[in-house]
Amino acid sequence: MRSVSILWPEGRPVSQPIPQAPAYFGDLNLDQVVAGVASKDPGAELLGSVLCDHVRDVDTVRYRQEVFRDLGDGELLTHLYQFAQAMTQVESHLAQLAKMSFPYQRAAWFLDASTLYCDAVRALAANLDGASHTSRALAAFRAFVVPYASSRTFLTLVADTDARRASLAKIRYCVRIRGGRVEVTRYEGQADYSEEVLKTFERFKQGSTNDYRLLYRTGPGMDHIGGQILELVGRLFDDEFTALDHFCEAHAAFPDETVRRFHAELRFYLAYLAYVEPLRSAGLRFCLPAVSATSKEIAATETFDLALAHKLVSERKPVVTNDFHLAGAERTFLVSGPNQGGKTTFARTFGQLHHLAGVGCPVPGRQASLFLFNRLFTHFEREEDLATGTGKLESDLVRMRDILTAATSDSVIIMNETFTSSTMLKDARFLSRKVLEKVVQLDLVSVFVTFVDGLSDLSDSIVSMVSTIVPENPSERTFKVVRGPAGGLAYALAVAEKHGLTYDRLRRRLTV
Amino acid sequence: MKVHLLHESRDFDFTADPPAQHEDLTQDLDLPTLLRAMAGDDNYLLDVARRVVLAGLADPAEVLYRQAVLADCMAQPDIVRDIYAIAVAMVQDKTSRWWHVSSKNPAWTLSSAVQYLEVALSRLKELRGIADERSGRVESAGFRAFFRSLQTELDDEYFQVVRRHLRQLQFREGVLISARLDRDNSSIDLVLRAQNDERQGLLQHLGLGKREAYSFTVPTRDDAGWQGLENLKSRAINRVANAAAQSADHILSYFAMLRAELGFYLGCLRLREQLIGKGVSIAFPAPAPWRPARFAATGLREVCLALRSDEPVVGNDADANERPLVIVTGANSGGKSTFLRSVGLARLMLGCGMFVAAERLEASVLPGGVFTHFAREEDRSMTSGRLDEELTRMSTLADRLRPGSLVLFNESFASTNELEGSEIARQVVRALLEADIQVAFVTHQFDLADGFHKSHADSALFLRAEPGLGGQRTYRLVEGPPLATSFGEDLYYRIGGWLDETPSEAPPPGREVLRSPVGRPDS
Repeated sequence: MRSVSILWPEGRPVSQPIPQAPAYFGDLNLDQVVAGVASKDPGAELLGSVLCDHVRDVDTVRYRQEVFRDLGDGELLTHLYQFAQAMTQVESHLAQLAKMSFPYQRAAWFLDASTLYCDAVRALAANLDGASHTSRALAAFRAFVVPYASSRTFLTLVADTDARRASLAKIRYCVRIRGGRVEVTRYEGQADYSEEVLKTFERFKQGSTNDYRLLYRTGPGMDHIGGQILELVGRLFDDEFTALDHFCEAHAAFPDETVRRFHAELRFYLAYLAYVEPLRSAGLRFCLPAVSATSKEIAATETFDLALAHKLVSERKPVVTNDFHLAGAERTFLVSGPNQGGKTTFARTFGQLHHLAGVGCPVPGRQASLFLFNRLFTHFEREEDLATGTGKLESDLVRMRDILTAATSDSVIIMNETFTSSTMLKDARFLSRKVLEKVVQLDLVSVFVTFVDGLSDLSDSIVSMVSTIVPENPSERTFKVVRGPAGGLAYALAVAEKHGLTYDRLRRRLTV
Repeated sequence: MKVHLLHESRDFDFTADPPAQHEDLTQDLDLPTLLRAMAGDDNYLLDVARRVVLAGLADPAEVLYRQAVLADCMAQPDIVRDIYAIAVAMVQDKTSRWWHVSSKNPAWTLSSAVQYLEVALSRLKELRGIADERSGRVESAGFRAFFRSLQTELDDEYFQVVRRHLRQLQFREGVLISARLDRDNSSIDLVLRAQNDERQGLLQHLGLGKREAYSFTVPTRDDAGWQGLENLKSRAINRVANAAAQSADHILSYFAMLRAELGFYLGCLRLREQLIGKGVSIAFPAPAPWRPARFAATGLREVCLALRSDEPVVGNDADANERPLVIVTGANSGGKSTFLRSVGLARLMLGCGMFVAAERLEASVLPGGVFTHFAREEDRSMTSGRLDEELTRMSTLADRLRPGSLVLFNESFASTNELEGSEIARQVVRALLEADIQVAFVTHQFDLADGFHKSHADSALFLRAEPGLGGQRTYRLVEGPPLATSFGEDLYYRIGGWLDETPSEAPPPGREVLRSPVGRPDS
């Protein structure tokens, strides 16, 4: 039987992990997105390679989208999150066993890992059993885990674990230290002296104070005094510790391999959702896009740059969303308008959406229809290029030629301020026309951000977009990129509106 | 054992952040003048006064509780000063003996805490002495409870118990620690146990009640082993060291609280002396619940102006009961701002339990706090215009306002043209009033004031600053609707008239002195 995967549908080719991020990651700030997702679960090894690998297979994308749709159920999400946390801990426990020098200490960590594992699996099976999730992936895993949780192997592990824990938990002992002599005995009910002191001074209590307790580190470390005391405790409680030794021998084989794989793959879904959660809380929308490897009728509403939004939300600043669509034979967004008006952000958003859709992730926006490209190319102004003038123009052109040679009609190209700084307006206009002609001819989907005017009449497949400003206050940017010009309100009330101080807005603010 | 002289059943929170708007409020109401009068050059008292004055009370009963304590202080100033001296002395003991405790070593923490507690014991005895001697001379609930707690909590028997513990905490007999197994089988929940098991030792000696015991001895040269032993002991006395140190802290914070709470009343006494010296009438105001809005004053003075001025300051009367909106219009420099500040100051002082500079005042408490929105001369940044700056401040205020707030507007929204400014102001004020926020608005703009007069004639008090009968620099606030006339001519003459030869006698800005007796509002 094939082991269950929640990333790859049965019968579909499994991509090899790719060695590095695609070339466009830096330009699109997708490297920030991956780093942000990874920071939600630093130990998850699979995360980076899954996020970097866009899949051009509609079925695989939908297979993952189904899982994300199921995880929209908050209760299920919470359960899976708890399971993943527990399993992560189990694995970190088991990884540390080799470092330990005292046998009874090692046995304790093994027992603890087993406790966490039993609880996690039992809870997961109970929560999935009878649940109404529709994804093929979770259904397949449920079909495995429910019987596993009532299997003889597993139930024996549970029973033995509980028995060992209970017996160790009952142990109480005393250590008397006088000079260099250490004596270990059973505890016989002596009174707590700290309590007596506290009680005496209780009447002076004035709210909270400093905590003068030193925090002692606990971890896979035990000095030889601790080790010697543990050994004496072991002699004092011989039955309990002999049983513990037997437990470790009997259960060396957990955890189950399918459970391990489920956990590793689940971490991708959970980390991505954890990454977008603060944005959702801030009122931004995410959706599972309709995907197609053939239709280029692309659209998205209320979408935004994921990396930028993360930064803005963490600074409690508002995020501007944009809409775009390509209908019929439209293929190219030609984006122009004032500087600092959101043009580059629009270009990045467009690219991010397409990559993330190909990974199977929810994308920024209320709704979206996106194209599963074969390759994605970006051509962004490179600040780090030392060459200027002819040298820079040449390297720009070489890059552009390589892109246009490699691209097919199923590719996506995103060009941002190409030729802006490397040449004069006349040349830029000429080169831009040439590039656009080629792009039009290739019939591929593209975004072309430029300061050059008068390019949109080149073909009906080109859609002109502009970044907009507040007409009455030209220094103010809206960061909206739209197909048409924007209108405005009377200045003072518009400013009042901006500050949320019109009657309606203020009334609402004051009643919250 | 609690001080509770500022609140009946809780400590005053001296660590709380001042209200968010405190910087504007302090500047606009000239609070430093009031606070300096309370504190003199003592920066500690300044801080105490600032915190208490800015933290208004929400309940009339709380205000009355403080007024009673303050009345005791006014009648028996020596009690306040004696107790304050003991508290100050104890807090200074901390500076020398307790301040440098390091929490890195429980043994060291323990011994310095024990040392500190020994000093504290003697100060507490002094304090109880004062309670024994003077508890019969106070009348307020606050002082009575304070003395009673000293007498009941600190009896002689208690002093003995404390001394016994301080001796035992030196651990000459070694330590006995109980423990259980952590998840890694190391020892946790280390609890220091009382070693008074003499009976057990005797039984063992006789061969009865024999215990199973295993032991080892750490060799003299095993440095790591001795270190491990020390760690174990440290962990065991960790809690008792913490207990002793926290007890020291508690006693210290008791004295610190005593010093701080009395510091406020000490400040009130100082302020009172100065106001009496200047012949300014003071009175305990009558606090009313926050709703419905109440504000009725007779002879209300701007207390900071009174403190700064060498000449007598004349008071105003106003009756805005059941009228949550007060609009003040009229001549420039006609005392409008002074009146606005006097309202803000009086309501802050009422709110913290002080007397006010008035012959009589009845006003609602303001659980939502006092806020100011005064026109600012400067435009601080290049990027935002003045209107933008004003609206930014207003928007920040809006996030902080709650039902039961009071907002004082001074020439706000005048940085755009009058029609637009009035429209913004009307929308803002209407929204505030509907949210149970009281508003006092000073403006010279007729369109703005007249708009309110049309829409809020019944729920607003309209005051007008008018030249007094003699002309010149005398103004009075009279009740009456706004007038369309500009007072520019008046202003022109007031500042001396730059076409006349006679030199000006105008007072420096912000120092207007109301000279005319202020009559009742128009009847």
